[in-house]
Amino acid sequence: MLDFRLDEEQKMLTDAIARYANERMRKVFRDAEEDGRIPPEVVQAGWELGILPTGLPEAYGGFGEYTALTGVLASEELAWGDLAIALNVMVPNLVAVPVMLCGTEAQKEATLPQFCDEVMPAMTAALTEPVVKFDPYKLKTTAVRENDEYVLNGSKTAVPLAETAELILVYANEDGQTQAFFVPADAAGLSIDKKAKLMGIKGLPTFMVTLADCRVPAANKLGGEEGINFGLILNHSRIALGAAAVGVARAGYEYALDYAKQRVQFGEPIAHKQSIAFMLADMATDIDEARLLVWEAAWQMDQGHDITRDAALMKQRVDDIVVLVADRALQVLGGYGYIREYPVELWLRNARGFASFDGLAIV
Amino acid sequence: MISFEIPESIVNQSQMTKMVAEQAMRPYSRELDEHEHERPDAFVNMTWPFAQQMMKSSLRSIEKRLGGNGTNGTNGTNGHAAPKGPDFSILGFIMMVEQMSWGDAGQYLCLPHPMLGGSAVQAAGTPEQQLRFLKKFTEGDPKWGAMAITEPGAGSDNSSMRTTAVLDPDTNEWILNGEKIFITNGKLALEDSDGLCVVWATIDPNAGRAGIKSFVVEGHTPGVSIAKQEHKLGIRASDTVALHFDNVRLPFGNMLGTLDPQQPAANKGFKGAMKTFDASRPAVAASAVGIARAALEFTREKLAEEGIVLDYTKPRHELTAIERDLMEMEVRHKGAWLLTLRAVGMMAHGESNRLAASMCKFRAGEAVTWITQKGVELLGPMGYSREWLAEKWMRDAKINDIYEGTKQINQLIIARSILGYSRRELK
Ligand SMILES: Cc1cc2nc3c(=O)[nH]c(=O)nc-3n(C[C@H](O)[C@H](O)[C@H](O)COP(=O)(O)OP(=O)(O)OC[C@H]3O[C@@H](n4cnc5c(N)ncnc54)[C@H](O)[C@@H]3O)c2cc1C
Ligand SMILES: Cc1cc2nc3c(=O)[nH]c(=O)nc-3n(C[C@H](O)[C@H](O)[C@H](O)COP(=O)(O)OP(=O)(O)OC[C@H]3O[C@@H](n4cnc5c(N)ncnc54)[C@H](O)[C@@H]3O)c2cc1C
Repeated sequence: MLDFRLDEEQKMLTDAIARYANERMRKVFRDAEEDGRIPPEVVQAGWELGILPTGLPEAYGGFGEYTALTGVLASEELAWGDLAIALNVMVPNLVAVPVMLCGTEAQKEATLPQFCDEVMPAMTAALTEPVVKFDPYKLKTTAVRENDEYVLNGSKTAVPLAETAELILVYANEDGQTQAFFVPADAAGLSIDKKAKLMGIKGLPTFMVTLADCRVPAANKLGGEEGINFGLILNHSRIALGAAAVGVARAGYEYALDYAKQRVQFGEPIAHKQSIAFMLADMATDIDEARLLVWEAAWQMDQGHDITRDAALMKQRVDDIVVLVADRALQVLGGYGYIREYPVELWLRNARGFASFDGLAIV
Repeated sequence: MISFEIPESIVNQSQMTKMVAEQAMRPYSRELDEHEHERPDAFVNMTWPFAQQMMKSSLRSIEKRLGGNGTNGTNGTNGHAAPKGPDFSILGFIMMVEQMSWGDAGQYLCLPHPMLGGSAVQAAGTPEQQLRFLKKFTEGDPKWGAMAITEPGAGSDNSSMRTTAVLDPDTNEWILNGEKIFITNGKLALEDSDGLCVVWATIDPNAGRAGIKSFVVEGHTPGVSIAKQEHKLGIRASDTVALHFDNVRLPFGNMLGTLDPQQPAANKGFKGAMKTFDASRPAVAASAVGIARAALEFTREKLAEEGIVLDYTKPRHELTAIERDLMEMEVRHKGAWLLTLRAVGMMAHGESNRLAASMCKFRAGEAVTWITQKGVELLGPMGYSREWLAEKWMRDAKINDIYEGTKQINQLIIARSILGYSRRELK
């Protein structure tokens, strides 16, 4: 029945992530952004939190049961630490979750146990395309069946960690439906192009990927002949990104809140002024509203409902809120907000990404 | 564990309220809007038996707390009650408010029920007082409850109120003098029925907040007069009056709580007034959400007749401006409702919900104001026409930004809470 409290396991998980976020991510995130490189040991420590295996069934080496709600709690907490590192730690989910949701038994057996290893599997997924009018339900990348093979053609962008990936799950349009195909990194016709240059999340290396008559065996189609329920996968991704947006917004808000209490102008902390205090009140309310929208969509999903509507609505609102909150956080800092010694401008740039991407993370 | 599930009994009850809204409220909406100060008889007659039942069941739980046999059980042997589970009765009430406000927010406020007055009696009164003053809402003719805080010089800053209560040592009676304005159901409670109005007054004008107490003024008490019936932008079916108190004599026991320094817990005074807001702000939010849903559903229906139906799989760049607006109406409605449910859920589980209550009231007021205005806009010339109710909902909506703490006052409460500031640090 109606309740808004985390259960014990969820508390333990979010506490563990919060500790990792404070002690590891926050120590390196600014340099990682400037250098375009996240220290591998930090990513490894994040992987070792074991967030993904807690959501995989025991039969495949995991030790838990998947719930979208626990996933969004984890996603928010990670993204609070730093979005680029969070996305990096969550990259394997881009393959694990679709396989768990839509894979054939053989595909599950072949793939899922790898996600319970201590070593982060080198797998990623390619959904986004380098076009202005991107529509995940009407991809421009095509998949055509020829005998026992699929032929893939098209280009992808913002594919995280593509350069080091051994396997890429490529989404493509087959007869008007979005389907997914396992493409080995060494497949002929697949090329990893230049590193994508993004406005934010610079610590996470993302790449352009081109598929030119790239052939994969028909068995590499996720879900076998039937294929996938792409909407289901996209909805999982949307709540993950929604939760991450809440985490980014909360990072900015908390920083601004503390700053406003410290910064003295006109003889008193600026937080004594309503124009600052009310901005903070708006931000706090926005964040709670956004989080509830994410939680409710995740909860509906765990009840087995189709959340296409909820996820679309949530996305519209949360994508707006995260930018608004980050912008106001910067405003509270005045000139300092604009300076890269302070983290707020980074959060604003990261915040702006959410409306531009679908499928960059999955819980 | 996080859950958005509503108990089935409450869902069913809410479906029944929906019937009331459809049959006894909506058909009279326009007429009552155009004939301000007319009483919504169909609604009152249909809901009075139902409201009596509700009151009976809350009195029963008060009796239980008193030890099982009503006013006799004052020796308080029940101090060691077993830890109780969540109490979802507040959720039931909130869902009812939402449905009725979907029907008509002005009529909903005329529910023959102690309403805010009842909340005040329950928050600040002793259990004996609760039973004594609320019993009449379970019998006889329809009755109304009201609560009077606002004065001409004391609106948002209600602690600066001037209405006084002075104890007459000869008769042990309180003598009440002053003026209250904008009182919802003031006339229904005091002149048209044998209801009650909880009036907040100071017993020591130099003591500030500490001197403020609440007093039950019952219907037809001599010295009380209706100074003015307001003409309003919206919620015109609701009764809003100015009250004059001219040497109104009240029995000593009509002061809620006690003056006994040995029992500070019972001496709730101004804090009691503030505590009523923890439940009443979510109720205002729910009312706002109900109006928002009315506007949203109607707009969606009319647009669908024109072939405009949302496809939630479309990317943003494929949506028309109208589709985006409609989606924004949907999600703002949903966001406000979820914030309301959270405030209520926290209360049901016995958690402190003051911040959540202000957040939902603040956000729902904002959302309904925006949603209803957008509805009028999207419906074109017909949105502005009095043939449809869209323009009325827009007028009704705005009150939710004002009463039970204006938008700014709730922002102030939120800001103080998150900053850990006192009233002095953030004015
Ligand atoms: C790129 C850049 C170039 C600049 N160039 C110059 C330059 O050439 N010369 C120069 O002299 N300066 C320059 N500045 C400084 C700039 O003018 C200041 O940053 C600006 O005046 C704000 O001061 P602050 O940063 O100390 O913010 P603060 O004054 O600390 O303000 C922080 C926040 O509090 C708010 N605030 C402050 N007081 C009040 C109040 N009384 N009521 C309500 N809100 C309040 C502010 O609006 C802001 O949102 C530059 C800054 C930048 C970032
Ligand atoms: C239809 C209706 C029904 C009502 N029913 C009742 C009722 O049943 N019982 C009752 O007691 N009262 C009732 N009220 C009164 C209502 O609660 C008050 O109108 C409200 O509290 C605001 O007070 P005010 O009108 O004096 O505005 P003011 O307090 O004068 O406020 C004017 C403006 O200043 C802003 N403001 C005030 N203080 C601050 C501050 N510190 N910081 C920033 N901004 C501030 C306000 O937000 C508002 O925008 C009702 C009012 C209406 C219109």
